[in-house]
Amino acid sequence: MNTSPSQYQSILARLYSSDRGGRILLQILLALAIAVPILNLAVPEGAALHLSTYTVTLLGKYLCFALLAIALDLVWGYCGILSLGHAAFFALGGYAMGMYLMRQIGERGVYGNPELPDFMVFLNWTELPWYWYGFDQFWFAVLMVLLVPGMLAYVFGYLAFRSRVTGVYLSIITQALTYALMLAFFRNEMGFGGNNGLTDFKDILGFALHEDATRVALFVITCVVLAAGYLLSSFIVRSKMGRVVVAIRDAESRARFCGYRVESYKLWIFTFSAVLAGVAGALYVPQVGIINPSEFSPLNSIELVVWVAVGGRGSLFGAVLGAVVVNYAKTFFTGFAPEVWLFFLGALFIIVTIFLPKGLIGLFDQVKEKVLAHRRAGGGEAGL
Amino acid sequence: MLPFCVHAQRDAATVLAELRDAEFDVKSALIGELESSSDHAVLALLKAMLAGDLYYLKDGGRPVLGSVSDEGVVVRDALTGEQAGVVDKRELKKFTLNNTLREQLRAVIARLSLNSNDRAMRRAAVKELIGNMGETQAEQVRISIAAEKDHEIRSLMEIAIALVEAGSNDEARQLSAISKLSDSLEPAALARLKQLSDGGDGEVSQAANRAIAQIEGRLNLYASAETVFFGLSLGSVLLLSAIGLAITFGVMGVINMAHGELMMIGAYTTYVVQLLMPNTIDYSLFVAVPLAFIVAGLVGIGIERGVIRFLYGRPLETLLATFGISLILQQAVRTIFSPLNRSVATPSWMSGSWEINPALSLTYNRLYIIIFSLFVFAALLLILKRTALGLKVRAVSQNRQMAQAMGVRSGWVDAMTFGLGSGIAGVAGVALSQLTNVGPNLGQAYIIDSFLVVVLGGVGNLWGTFVAAMSLGVFNKLMEPWVGAVLAKILLLVLIILFIQKRPRGLFPQRGRVVES
Repeated sequence: MNTSPSQYQSILARLYSSDRGGRILLQILLALAIAVPILNLAVPEGAALHLSTYTVTLLGKYLCFALLAIALDLVWGYCGILSLGHAAFFALGGYAMGMYLMRQIGERGVYGNPELPDFMVFLNWTELPWYWYGFDQFWFAVLMVLLVPGMLAYVFGYLAFRSRVTGVYLSIITQALTYALMLAFFRNEMGFGGNNGLTDFKDILGFALHEDATRVALFVITCVVLAAGYLLSSFIVRSKMGRVVVAIRDAESRARFCGYRVESYKLWIFTFSAVLAGVAGALYVPQVGIINPSEFSPLNSIELVVWVAVGGRGSLFGAVLGAVVVNYAKTFFTGFAPEVWLFFLGALFIIVTIFLPKGLIGLFDQVKEKVLAHRRAGGGEAGL
Repeated sequence: MLPFCVHAQRDAATVLAELRDAEFDVKSALIGELESSSDHAVLALLKAMLAGDLYYLKDGGRPVLGSVSDEGVVVRDALTGEQAGVVDKRELKKFTLNNTLREQLRAVIARLSLNSNDRAMRRAAVKELIGNMGETQAEQVRISIAAEKDHEIRSLMEIAIALVEAGSNDEARQLSAISKLSDSLEPAALARLKQLSDGGDGEVSQAANRAIAQIEGRLNLYASAETVFFGLSLGSVLLLSAIGLAITFGVMGVINMAHGELMMIGAYTTYVVQLLMPNTIDYSLFVAVPLAFIVAGLVGIGIERGVIRFLYGRPLETLLATFGISLILQQAVRTIFSPLNRSVATPSWMSGSWEINPALSLTYNRLYIIIFSLFVFAALLLILKRTALGLKVRAVSQNRQMAQAMGVRSGWVDAMTFGLGSGIAGVAGVALSQLTNVGPNLGQAYIIDSFLVVVLGGVGNLWGTFVAAMSLGVFNKLMEPWVGAVLAKILLLVLIILFIQKRPRGLFPQRGRVVES
């Protein structure tokens, strides 16, 4: 690999010019990263344009979900692996970050124990379990955010892909995986706070989490990470590796007979996707302030699949769009009629799978084509 | 029974009236007279007298049975048993007894119940005597044992006597009692033997130790038998929930994530049936089973015609669409019946348990569910192998085009197959309603397990599903005492995940060309 900087530049430039959705996304993210801090911090409270911290957090949450959706889209949309357990990687990343935040509480907990988090004191534990060591260091926590979901995905994927578990079978065992993790994390003995999970965080890297400036900073970081995640993913799917991955999705046996090591490609894209999901989880936790085992629930993973399906799988921009649209709908519905939300979500599943197999992006393309065809036809007539 | 009394027989009411204010020695004679009375209420009456629950009203002297409650004493007529309202404690007076009389009462009660004509009553009487029997009662038992013809009651009586003898001072009698006790599984026998073994290093305590070892060995055996029973019962629940899926997933290749919700519909059908026939709960299940089959089957046919038929050949999309259906069904149930759990009554013939011996008793509801699941499984096999519908189902699943060419309406067969699988899910829901609470999340709890059973057994293979369900159930229950319920479940999931790596097509994979398509 001896690609010179100029070559990288050209890849980026090519990427930027060929991907219209990506351009729009990056522009929006840039606009958000500039506008949100101003509207929240500089515009006085009470002014019409003031953005409440609640809204900032909500937007940040959507962006974390968007990153998670990109992660799933990589494996499902591009590689045809429908993972029904991707929220598990998200939650693991979240727990790793939550553990760091927990250790930062220090003596300010209810029991005032400098070493142990409150729930351990409550369970009469006397010392920190070994797997909590190191989480007082931010760099270590970040490493774990990347490593834990990555390792799990690597081991799981290695076993699954090597023995050629595919299709629905794979979906079901990924679902079993996240279900098993949920049951495990619900146990108090696991040492991750059991039912209540990790919460009551105070500060991150010395900045108080309840302060607006910290929230806004977290939001801007999320924007940057999402942009980076998007660019990296779109670089991958456009690379040679990405092409092979798509080939595997469309004709796995043929790709194998062409001499590609299908298992390795699948394994790497799956692991990368899990790491990305873990990062999304790590960004999510400090913003919402809690992580608990229900994040592992199979329903979460399946909801995630619907975001991607709604937006349009096989399109990274579509995944982002789907995540934001569906989550906005969720906020909207749960706000005024929570019981309607599940009806809506259910109907969304059915409608999208039957009528919109390519999601909203596919719909745009269809409409665009029709308009173009119409214009062409109309133009032809006018020319006569 | 004692044949005659010397003087003319008086009825119990008169005797009781006299008993009220008599001297203690007269009372003793009167109790003797009561014993020989032919009135059936006498036994209960004497028991109540011994327990101190027999009163008489200060006003009028009517004898009553009282039980103390918050508002006062609830009284019933002592002889007829009819309710006589609630009275203040001060309006009542107890029949007074002394220790001699109590001893006499015990003997009389033992005699009356041990000599009763009713087998169940005699058995209950001996059971009650085991472990808390004095020398007086032992004497009665020794007399009754000669006349006892029922084998089980005889051996119970022998144990009751042995328990008393084990406490005697005569070593020979103690030893023979110990050898008798070593055959028994009564908790009282084990407790008594443990007392004896503490006594030192004499022959008696050695014998007791041997007997304890023997009993504990058998107890362990029965405990594992019980675990296996629990496992089979869990397995049969898994079987019930998975065979419907084995049809829709295994035969048709359709991933139906709403399968759990079809079970939930079956359970709610049972709930509604019981609401509609509150006075005949005992028969409600006989109505609920066919009704649940029909309701869930119709919903299933609706799902197939409305959604799934547009998605054949796209398993992942089917999975998503049916998941959407499951969310809608769950929320519909929440809206209609409230999100809270509903409890479904258990018919009287399903409650209680079958006591094989003191160490092993099998609850009827689990027992019936095992039988029921086997029945459903057999019925399903018959339908698939012996009916015209089954033939068509198998034909379509093997080669759709060829079946169509032979004149099979494949669309209709699809709908019927899906309806059949869904109907069985409904029936499984009825069975589940007898084991757990009925709530909107009922289905979710079983869906993952059911899929794992089908996948483990090998898709498209009903016998595989059967073996997988039963072995998962037993394995789960065997692990539970070691590692706890939740960890057992997690371990099981991990093991299944590993197993699927090794044999991606399950225990009994389908062979041939169909597999890869």
